[in-house]
Amino acid sequence: MSEYMIEVTDVNKSFGNGAKPVHVLDNVSFRVKKGEIVTLFGKSGCGKSTMLNIVGGFERADNGDVMHDGHPVERPTKRCVMLFQQINLLPWRSVIKNVELGLEEEKISAEEKKERVMDALKLVGLEEHLNKFPHELSGGMQQRVAIARALAIQPDVILMDEPFAALDSFNRYNLQNELLRIQEKKKTTIVLVTHDIDEAVYLSDRVMIMSSHPGRIFKEISINQMKPRDRTHGDFQYYRKKILEEFQLSDEQLAPEYNI
Amino acid sequence: MNFSIGMTILVILWQMVIWIGDYQEALLPSPLSVAKAIIAMIVDGTLFVHLQVSLGRFIAGYLLAVIPAIMLGMLLGRSPRVWQVIDPIVQVLRPVSPVAWSPFIVLWFGIGNMPAIAIIFIAAFFPVLLTTVAGVKKIDRSYLKIAENLEIKNWQLMYKFIFPAAFPSVVSGLRLALGTAWIFLVAGEMIGAQSGLGFLIVDARNMLNLDYVLAGIIFIGVCGFLLDRLISVFEGWVGKHFGMVRG
Repeated sequence: MSEYMIEVTDVNKSFGNGAKPVHVLDNVSFRVKKGEIVTLFGKSGCGKSTMLNIVGGFERADNGDVMHDGHPVERPTKRCVMLFQQINLLPWRSVIKNVELGLEEEKISAEEKKERVMDALKLVGLEEHLNKFPHELSGGMQQRVAIARALAIQPDVILMDEPFAALDSFNRYNLQNELLRIQEKKKTTIVLVTHDIDEAVYLSDRVMIMSSHPGRIFKEISINQMKPRDRTHGDFQYYRKKILEEFQLSDEQLAPEYNI
Repeated sequence: MNFSIGMTILVILWQMVIWIGDYQEALLPSPLSVAKAIIAMIVDGTLFVHLQVSLGRFIAGYLLAVIPAIMLGMLLGRSPRVWQVIDPIVQVLRPVSPVAWSPFIVLWFGIGNMPAIAIIFIAAFFPVLLTTVAGVKKIDRSYLKIAENLEIKNWQLMYKFIFPAAFPSVVSGLRLALGTAWIFLVAGEMIGAQSGLGFLIVDARNMLNLDYVLAGIIFIGVCGFLLDRLISVFEGWVGKHFGMVRG
């Protein structure tokens, strides 16, 4: 057992073979400590989602190592649950059935299942909506159900691929607050992918800024500010500015390539 | 409401054709005589006897076709390589009208209930098979990713994910098959059957009772209409509960 939950070492990934493979990830390495919230930040197409898919075992790296709690990642497992941007729920299952989904094959007693499901639903504040169907819920509530399902499984890691991107800003703020509150309690390791700078600063212990074509980790910024954070506080703005500047730098570096 | 308006217009047109064309009852029975035939068949109960027999055959043939078609379709939809081989076979068999098989059907199954059931089977099988395969193939990749993530495999994957996710397509196939199979019910009952709505028409024709022929046609049409309504209510419910509604 290492102190790192996730270790990514020299991962390369290209898509498409033949004459013109697209080099998506170039020697990406990073580590995530247990209980940490780390963000992969970059614009769309920089390979951050691909990186997350590789961490989750949904895709294989061309080379390099991906370790999860000291074991190589070979396929997706329940220990490492992914939340997607849009479709997380099965529309033909009620809220409670969706949350149960990950526990149905677990060898635990019915009472414990029930308890874990209800605990998770209470944590996200949906205990009143057990028998509703996804189409009866707002987008924000749907994402809460997805979070509850992940929590009920009690995974080591939750991977989030822009989970709040489809929500309006009030819902987004709300859910971000709740995510922090829950993570504080459960100490689940979270790897988040986003292109929303405020989200990155608000949620993360560390932000990894990615440059694109090919995707590399350009700069890593630790955010040493207590959570929950104040979105209007000067420190928040400081980190926001810092990340933005680094991000522009990461872009400028590429500028000559565009001019060729 | 719309149904009554439509039917009234149809009956008026029908009566107009008779008046303008001056057709005799023996060529085109009038609405009035057909109505009398309908009432007579309802009153003496022959209608219900034949209707019951027809529905029994219909349900038997339909279920015999639909259940294996769905199961096979789910397996084939999950094995694209196998489907590439099976698909041409299906495409060659599908355009053949079920009635074309009737000589063999009579040879193999004799007369009675079986020919009608066999023809309904052929009529219902392919639409359901094809829509199921198509439905399984176009299941959103996200659902499969969720299943992968939660380590749900094999049989569990089939009934928890694949079947419900493909269900809206399956139901549209069921509806298509229902209509087609109902059309071929009559054809099936014209081969060697001694009862049923199809037989009713053949029998009335042999006796030159054209008003009874038309009455039979009307019954078949109305029943087909009701069946379609029933399944479209079901389809609507399925669309709501199994469809993709994104917040």
